[in-house]
Amino acid sequence: MLRALRRHRVLPGFGLTLGFSVFYLSLIVLIPLGAAFLKTFTMSWDHFWTTVTSARALASYRLSLGASMIAAATNTIMGLIVAWVLVRYEFAGKRILDALVDLPFALPTAVAGITLTAMFAGNGWLGSYFESLGVKVAFTRIGVVVALTFIGLPFVVRTLEPLLQDLDPEIEEAAATLGANRWQSWTRVIFPELLPALLTGFALAFARAIGEYGSVVFISGNMPMRTEITPLMIMTKLAQFDYAGATALAIAMLAMSFALLFLINLLQWWSRARYA
Amino acid sequence: MRLWIAFAAGSLLVLGHLSLAGNIYAQRTLLNVSYDPTRELYQAFNAAFARYWKAKTGESVSIKQSHGGSGSQARAVIDGLEADVVTLALAPDIDAIAAKGLIHADWQKRLPENSSPYTSTIVFLVRKGNSKGICNWDDLVKPGISVITPNPKTSGGARWNYLGAWGYALSKTSKNESKAKDFVTALYKNVPVLDSGARGSTTTFVERGIGDVLISWENEAFLAVNELGKDKFEIVVPSMSILAEPPVTIVDKVVDKRGTRAVAQAYLEYLYTTEGQEIAAKNSYRPRSVAIAKKYGKNFAQVKLFTIDEVFGGWGKIQKAHFDDGGVFDQIYQPK
Repeated sequence: MLRALRRHRVLPGFGLTLGFSVFYLSLIVLIPLGAAFLKTFTMSWDHFWTTVTSARALASYRLSLGASMIAAATNTIMGLIVAWVLVRYEFAGKRILDALVDLPFALPTAVAGITLTAMFAGNGWLGSYFESLGVKVAFTRIGVVVALTFIGLPFVVRTLEPLLQDLDPEIEEAAATLGANRWQSWTRVIFPELLPALLTGFALAFARAIGEYGSVVFISGNMPMRTEITPLMIMTKLAQFDYAGATALAIAMLAMSFALLFLINLLQWWSRARYA
Repeated sequence: MRLWIAFAAGSLLVLGHLSLAGNIYAQRTLLNVSYDPTRELYQAFNAAFARYWKAKTGESVSIKQSHGGSGSQARAVIDGLEADVVTLALAPDIDAIAAKGLIHADWQKRLPENSSPYTSTIVFLVRKGNSKGICNWDDLVKPGISVITPNPKTSGGARWNYLGAWGYALSKTSKNESKAKDFVTALYKNVPVLDSGARGSTTTFVERGIGDVLISWENEAFLAVNELGKDKFEIVVPSMSILAEPPVTIVDKVVDKRGTRAVAQAYLEYLYTTEGQEIAAKNSYRPRSVAIAKKYGKNFAQVKLFTIDEVFGGWGKIQKAHFDDGGVFDQIYQPK
């Protein structure tokens, strides 16, 4: 089997690079995750199960997954528009706008959290406006979504940009000459091309949002059952020296994220197969 | 290949220098791992101690401080942060370090006054004018009052807040546990934001303008009023409150490894001297020394103080009944 694989490689260096990749991934990803798993094995199964299915834990999964979903979906739509504008049009200040997109990447998340909280708190300049409309943003679930949307934007934009750049305007022109109206050429020609990248962007933004801690804890208010995200529950457990409980929650979260990301990958594969 | 060897040799050299440097300076640095609101206290105290130590031994010592929630600071020390001394918000956090063998089990007997060189208590900070008329613990459970206090699971100060309310309720209801639980539940229903540390709650109350009252360390309340203006906030002292005893100790494993036991010991003992006590008093911690307490007496309101041991029978029981998973604090937030 191995020999057969080897014979078919055209590029040299497969064995070496594969070995290196596996080694590197083990070092950076698998070993730390393995350690987390080992830590949970100090718990009995019953204890593990009651920890990960406690009412508070369930509420925190709902918030973490739900808010991450909403934030990633918002970013997918808004990010598409931003990427479209940045690629398709020439205008003054385009470079600056382009650089702005990366800011959420670079900003320490705590800074983002503090700034957003100051802005959206009842006495902040955006918060006071929203409050006059009867909407509380900071210290509610909406605040969590706002923070997660902020940190996730670059993922969608930066995934879409290269693809949009490669998308030849001539394809649209061809569609137009074949009698497609604008809507048709968008839904039938451009969108299918973008769909895999959109899904990738969504998955990245979603994964980032699920793991986010720094910015959310400032704006969420951290109320058990209402605005407590899973990473915060993990930190709370750690602060009480409950290492096993913390890793149990981490494992539960990991399993859910993995399942969701796997699902998104399947979707992507399906969309490629369908439109390719 | 040659490049590799050069690289390896280079890194070995650098590492060697670093560890050498570590040995040379080990005598002269101390790391004090402390909890959230003691920044200002230890800044002043460290400078004073460095002067004293220089005069006494001729050796100059620089003290680094680390601050954060008391529980997470203890965890950092357990995980390997090389603290020579820990000065935390409550004894259980030091007990947790001791349980890992880093500190002798009888640490609390090593220094006078249960190893707490200064004490504090829990008071209320309200907005100027006190329009909601908050003057005692009872006012915090009234509907429509918004109370700011941190999460007692992560913050040492918050545990004192929680226990202050609980102790007050017990004394008011002649030790009826279930009524006390109702009281504390009603109080936490009025809390809109649970920050993870005392300083976080102060920020929420002071900077974000959330809440009608902040339950706070006395020293933290003084700091907020002094730094941010007497025209914005005022301190309300309840009829009775809890005597908070933040303990200090040296981390045996670390000082023995780094050879800093003598200076670390002297550092903590200096907290009990006249100068140390005076610095504590100036930073709004209640000094143990009777003379200094008298001198600064007008700064500290006379309030009936109860201790953990009197009312609750020690930290072990409290932890188990109130803050462990499934304990009273969790029950407050469990859906009925």
